[in-house]
Amino acid sequence: MSSTYHLTTPLSSEDTKQLVAGDTVYLTGVLFTARDAAHKRLVELIEKGEALPFDLEGSVIYFVGPTPPKPGDPIGSAGPTTSYRMDSFSPTMLKHGSRGMIGKGKRNQAVKDACVAYDGIYFGATGGAGALLGKLIKSAEVIAYPELGPEAVRRLEVVDFPVAVINDTHGNDLYQQGREQYEVKA
Amino acid sequence: MREIPFDTIVKAVKDIIVYSGTDLPQDTYDALKKAMEDEQSPVAKNVIKQLLENADIAKDEKRPLCQDTGLAVFFVKVGDEVKVTGGLLKDAINKGTEEGYRDAYLRASTCEPFSRANLKDTVGYNLPAIIHFDIVAGDKIEIEYAAKGGGSENVSRAKVFPPAAGKEGIVAYVKEVISDAGGNPCPPITVGVGIGGTFEKATISSKHALFRDIGSVNPDPEMAALEQEILTEVNKLGIGAMGMGGTQTALAVHIESNPCHIASLPVSVNVQCHSSRHTHITI
Ligand code: SF4
Repeated sequence: MSSTYHLTTPLSSEDTKQLVAGDTVYLTGVLFTARDAAHKRLVELIEKGEALPFDLEGSVIYFVGPTPPKPGDPIGSAGPTTSYRMDSFSPTMLKHGSRGMIGKGKRNQAVKDACVAYDGIYFGATGGAGALLGKLIKSAEVIAYPELGPEAVRRLEVVDFPVAVINDTHGNDLYQQGREQYEVKA
Repeated sequence: MREIPFDTIVKAVKDIIVYSGTDLPQDTYDALKKAMEDEQSPVAKNVIKQLLENADIAKDEKRPLCQDTGLAVFFVKVGDEVKVTGGLLKDAINKGTEEGYRDAYLRASTCEPFSRANLKDTVGYNLPAIIHFDIVAGDKIEIEYAAKGGGSENVSRAKVFPPAAGKEGIVAYVKEVISDAGGNPCPPITVGVGIGGTFEKATISSKHALFRDIGSVNPDPEMAALEQEILTEVNKLGIGAMGMGGTQTALAVHIESNPCHIASLPVSVNVQCHSSRHTHITI
């Protein structure tokens, strides 16, 4: 039976190890946004041993490319983007302390293995719920790579941001197991 | 010959784009509500609940429903007794698209295929629109519009079968396409199936099928039955909302069927996500 948790970022190993695929989590605190182009640069910095624009330890990365904000709003609509484009970068991020990712869609085995090895969680946010999720983002500040436009790295403050645990630290996969549970075989 | 000024078309197109960006059509909203009630999985139920909340917030606060505000796709029926004055109809539709997307803070998503350079400052903001024209009798212009996101378009497929494949082959093919797609097209989805015609006729028909209101009945009883059969089969896959497992994978299956060549049976499957932003106007 799935449980519901309210967690505050940064996430500790204790936070992530209790979670099981299918759990619902409401995240409060800071999320960092990054998509493919930003990931590429961050991973290059890690490989060169240089400082990152934010502290990776316990960080949660949100894969998102928002709509332009209306005047007065911190951000526009901001639902998750498809995650597999980050598959080649995520294991390095997890290895160096990041503990959560938020996106939509399947991850490869290397990412799932990295979640087990480094106490990471892959969360699924509701794709297409951009208005709702954008509203739960209280502030947004570009902290690196402004030239990437919607793909720049932003520091977001969120309150009760709803996500589901897809891949946990025990090797479970909600996309696979959830589907098997409800599949009607011929 | 009835005359319609260029600016009237621009304004009408702009209005439907602005409206569709934030207001989920009633047919889709009602279908999601029913899906939430019918869903067996608590996780998927919660996801659909968020989708309904999202639609309410988007409508009340005029925020885009989804950050992928899509490419603008139009099916336009032009009466043979109507003339647009002061410019081309196609240019008016593109201008309305650009103004609507820009002024409503919708995202510009058109780009060069290889350099991936965004076209907003060169060709125009979210231009060019995808426009399919048809000429019909009368003095009116009918414009059907949908915003088409990338996630659901990416999983769409077409294939030309041998005639012997028959209905059975089509049901199995649609099921295979949706199974492979999993959660990527943002289920609960609408499935457009184009059957017959030539290769491109099938794909255009599958796109147009997505413009039909969910809950409307196919006038061809044979196709209506096939739609039900495919819907039941697709929902047996267990994919559920956002692929998290559940009984409500598709809200509807819509078929458009055409006569075809004696040697072939083209089939196209075009998928629309739960954010099925579609509308139509007659000018
Ligand atoms: S598939 Fe639809 S709901 Fe999902 S992200 Fe794309 S446009 Fe939005």
